[in-house]
Amino acid sequence: MQVIKMKGSDDTPKIILDKQNGLFEISGRSLPEDVAAFYEPILDWLDEYAETPNKKTVFEFKLEYFNTASSKLILDVLLKLEDMSDDGNEILVKWYFPDDDEDMEEAGEEYADIVEVPFEQVSYSID
Amino acid sequence: MANIEDKMESLGFVYEFYVKMKKNKINLAYEGEITHQITKAFTSLTESNMAKEEDYNSVQKKVFHVMVECLQNISKHAENRHSVVTSKDGRGIFMVSKGETEYNVTTGNIIGNDKILGLKKMLDNINSLDKMGLKKLYKQQMREGRLSDKGGAGLGFIDIARKTGEKLIFSFLTINESKSFFVLTSTISRLK
Repeated sequence: MQVIKMKGSDDTPKIILDKQNGLFEISGRSLPEDVAAFYEPILDWLDEYAETPNKKTVFEFKLEYFNTASSKLILDVLLKLEDMSDDGNEILVKWYFPDDDEDMEEAGEEYADIVEVPFEQVSYSID
Repeated sequence: MANIEDKMESLGFVYEFYVKMKKNKINLAYEGEITHQITKAFTSLTESNMAKEEDYNSVQKKVFHVMVECLQNISKHAENRHSVVTSKDGRGIFMVSKGETEYNVTTGNIIGNDKILGLKKMLDNINSLDKMGLKKLYKQQMREGRLSDKGGAGLGFIDIARKTGEKLIFSFLTINESKSFFVLTSTISRLK
């Protein structure tokens, strides 16, 4: 399957979707000019991946910032993972947040409440 | 072409404007189209200013959040003064002021009078809710809301209220029978 690798910028997140190496990551900042267009290939990729997913998928979110328009698309990504989990696949979402960022921690908690998928909150420190 | 007296008068206006900005502690003021580039420029400018001021990280993040949502509101929802639409981006006024204890982010833009009722209802509802109520509303809107054609999630005002913990202060000033000027101020405490 095709690998998606996108470098992050000051308004778009870094994306890694690599089935062969089992790497699934969205990190950095997300406030793209056109959120729907930005996330479309990611959602399409996940649709294709869902047909023959790996035995276990650990999907990592390590976001510094996202705007409200992105929050809706992040939910769409999580809902795709929920579908895969419902189909009996082993899915784990890891939600990283800086240990001093309560808002990012809370955002993770809220997503965990909304979607039914194994969800792990991981705090990290930035110096 | 303007004559010398007119030009001299406009120089006087520059000083008045400067004094007013100083008095109101405005450190960023803009009127015009709000494009994605403008949003990026203003947020990064404010970010580097705040870093110099050594504001708390949490305060910097909140100001950033509020600025982005406010700017995107204008860019997506503002109507043009004239009916001929020349650009896809809305225009309006955008200001950031910094006091000893708080930042204020203010936006002003033209909206159709037919939009006032719905907008006022939404803002009054947000202002009536406490922390838990806002959290519930945010989750409900995220679950049920659809992304609009303009790329809005209907979450901006709720997010501002949650991030600031303050009421949204707003007003509608009538321009004529079809349009009004919508002003909104969000306050972010500089204390942790």
